[in-house]
Amino acid sequence: MFGIGKRDSTLLIIVAIMALFAPFILNPFPTGSAMAQFNAGYPDLMQRFVIFGIFAIGFNLLFGLTGYLSFGHAAFLGIGSYAVVWMYKLLDYNVIPGLFLAVIVSAIFALAIGFISLRRSGIYFSILTLAFAQMMFAISYSDLIGRFLGTTITNGETGLQVYTSDPQILIDDWESVPHLLGIVEMRSTYTLDAGAWSFDFNAGYYFCAVILLIMFYLAIRIFRSPFGMMLRAVKSNQQRMNYTGLNTRPYTLAAFVISGMYAGLAGGLLASMDPLAGAERMQWTASGEVVLMTILGGAGTLIGPVLGAGFIKYFENIFAKINDNVLHSWFAILPDGMEDFMVTIVHPFVGKGWNLTLGLLFMLVVIFLPGGLVEGGQRIGRVFRRRDRNAGSVEADAAKQRNPAAE
Amino acid sequence: MDAILLQILNGLDKGSAYALIALGLTLIFGTLGVVNFAHGALFMLGAFCAVTVQKLLSLSTITLDETQKDFLGRPLEIKTPYVESWFGPETGSLIIDWSVPLAILFAIPVMLFIGYVMERGLIKHFYKRPHADQILVTFGLAIVLQEIIKYFYGANPIPTPAPSAFVGSFDFAPLLGLDTSLAYPYWRLVYFGFSTLIIGAVFAFLQFTTFGMVVRAGMADRETVGLLGIDIDKRFSIMFGIAAAVAGLAGVMYAPINSPNYHMGMDFLVLSFVVVVVGGMGSLPGAVLAGFMLGILESLASLNEVKAVLPGIDQIIIYVVAIVILLTRPRGLMGRKGVMEE
Repeated sequence: MFGIGKRDSTLLIIVAIMALFAPFILNPFPTGSAMAQFNAGYPDLMQRFVIFGIFAIGFNLLFGLTGYLSFGHAAFLGIGSYAVVWMYKLLDYNVIPGLFLAVIVSAIFALAIGFISLRRSGIYFSILTLAFAQMMFAISYSDLIGRFLGTTITNGETGLQVYTSDPQILIDDWESVPHLLGIVEMRSTYTLDAGAWSFDFNAGYYFCAVILLIMFYLAIRIFRSPFGMMLRAVKSNQQRMNYTGLNTRPYTLAAFVISGMYAGLAGGLLASMDPLAGAERMQWTASGEVVLMTILGGAGTLIGPVLGAGFIKYFENIFAKINDNVLHSWFAILPDGMEDFMVTIVHPFVGKGWNLTLGLLFMLVVIFLPGGLVEGGQRIGRVFRRRDRNAGSVEADAAKQRNPAAE
Repeated sequence: MDAILLQILNGLDKGSAYALIALGLTLIFGTLGVVNFAHGALFMLGAFCAVTVQKLLSLSTITLDETQKDFLGRPLEIKTPYVESWFGPETGSLIIDWSVPLAILFAIPVMLFIGYVMERGLIKHFYKRPHADQILVTFGLAIVLQEIIKYFYGANPIPTPAPSAFVGSFDFAPLLGLDTSLAYPYWRLVYFGFSTLIIGAVFAFLQFTTFGMVVRAGMADRETVGLLGIDIDKRFSIMFGIAAAVAGLAGVMYAPINSPNYHMGMDFLVLSFVVVVVGGMGSLPGAVLAGFMLGILESLASLNEVKAVLPGIDQIIIYVVAIVILLTRPRGLMGRKGVMEE
């Protein structure tokens, strides 16, 4: 289907179904029940799932395929956001021109940054991209270019937003929030009440989800193309590639620009959902977060980054909401002393302490599961398969012993 | 002229901090070949050693004085620090006043221990893993350390004053025969002196002791040193402890200059990496030189005359310089061929 293999088509269809029915899947608990706080089916969070999914897919195209670890990808996220808000300010609240501009501008920046950073590899590359991203953060946080030119470009620490005094040359009377070509407003939500459950269908979410599917499809094509093969060859042995007389730089640069464009698009979508752009989106912790998403899900795999992004954003939102009252209600079945003890133990890891859990998770994944969730799933799958075989035929085992390479 | 001199002086203390952190980073990198993103967190832990010592020394007994009332009409609480009741009020208050220098004695064993445990418990398992994994695991560790400190000490900066003997500033102007004033805080002078002392000590240790000689040999050719029957790994993990202690001491003494908060390590880390890269990966003199150079450049760029031409240049000058240097001298200022060439 669409020129991709059978397995990839299945994967794409699964992702499409998940994205389509996300409002149902993410809201398994009835509203008002004690478990309702684990529901993730509200528009804001669902939008984040797909937007950061796009961001992580793009990052994976660079890190997963070429092995170049960029520590400055959040810079492109910020650039994308600024581009979209600027289009709101100049034209109107239609998101399409802004998204195009976001992709183009981030591609230009990625080209410049990649051109310089890719002269070095390994940690030098990581540090160079980190330095560039911090520089961009400093520039936009204090609006240095704006001050230099005597105007406003990023509006400093306040963040860029739309004011009524802006030109907005295409604006119509009814426009006050981001919309898609005047057809539908991003914030419009249809709520379906079914018994004790209620499901939100948000226009912005479905817009992002469609883009996610397109981007996921593109990523599959890149993974399976000769270009993707070349990038993987760079990862496994760049020296050998050079010896065969091949200049790898154009390939890595192309990968860097493509992943920068993905990041710019994700940043643009963030501003499409909420017409604001701030410098904090560029901070290096944000770059670290996308690295974590990719690693956690499984770098170099197709579905991994999406899983990782969903996992982190989900737990970030849910964990941050858990406070001591919630903990007490959980451990209420235990005897009093035990209850307080458990609450004291868990307390540092939830609510404001979510970052501690994140850091620990980061370390545990890198130490024990370098292949991420995807590898974890495969390992579990293998254990089950082996058990089946043990229960089943002795012949398979014998065959395995004769030819261990067949595994 | 005097403005420029003042900025150079101002750059010295920041440069000292950069140089000390970068020195530790380079030591770890040159010996163990590990990129330590948690090094900033070690600097931060050092600063919180100073905070801890100060808090411990100020632990007080509370007695109620019924004769006096506070503004709510309750009996006035009189706090007497334990050290004052042990050593008498004068010696006691003197000890509290000098808590930051005293914290050095506390920080050295603590940081050596933390560094050693970190190396044996975590970093050791990452020598054979790719650099990306090393970066990621130490980045995770940095987040964890930072959050632990935040949990115990809160998110706000904690003021940690220097001994009152060092309050005030020294006027350089008469010394240089200038008629304007050129005031420079005493503590910053102390910090500069202290860091040159530490840098000197580290270099002397590497240059003039047998242990240092073996370590230098191991940095140059680890395999041969191993073949000579020397347990180089053990020495390298001690070097990790020493690098941690250097970062910790930089943090202890920096506490009075900037009130410690839990993310100060991250703020310094990015710049220290830039310093290491500019100085040349694996080159100790390069790290020190680049540290001071970039510190001074940063303060020179914050001169009003410079800012009038290029607003905000002080915030990005370090990155610009780093990019230019990496493009013109890819190995950094003093990097040698063959060290970290991938």
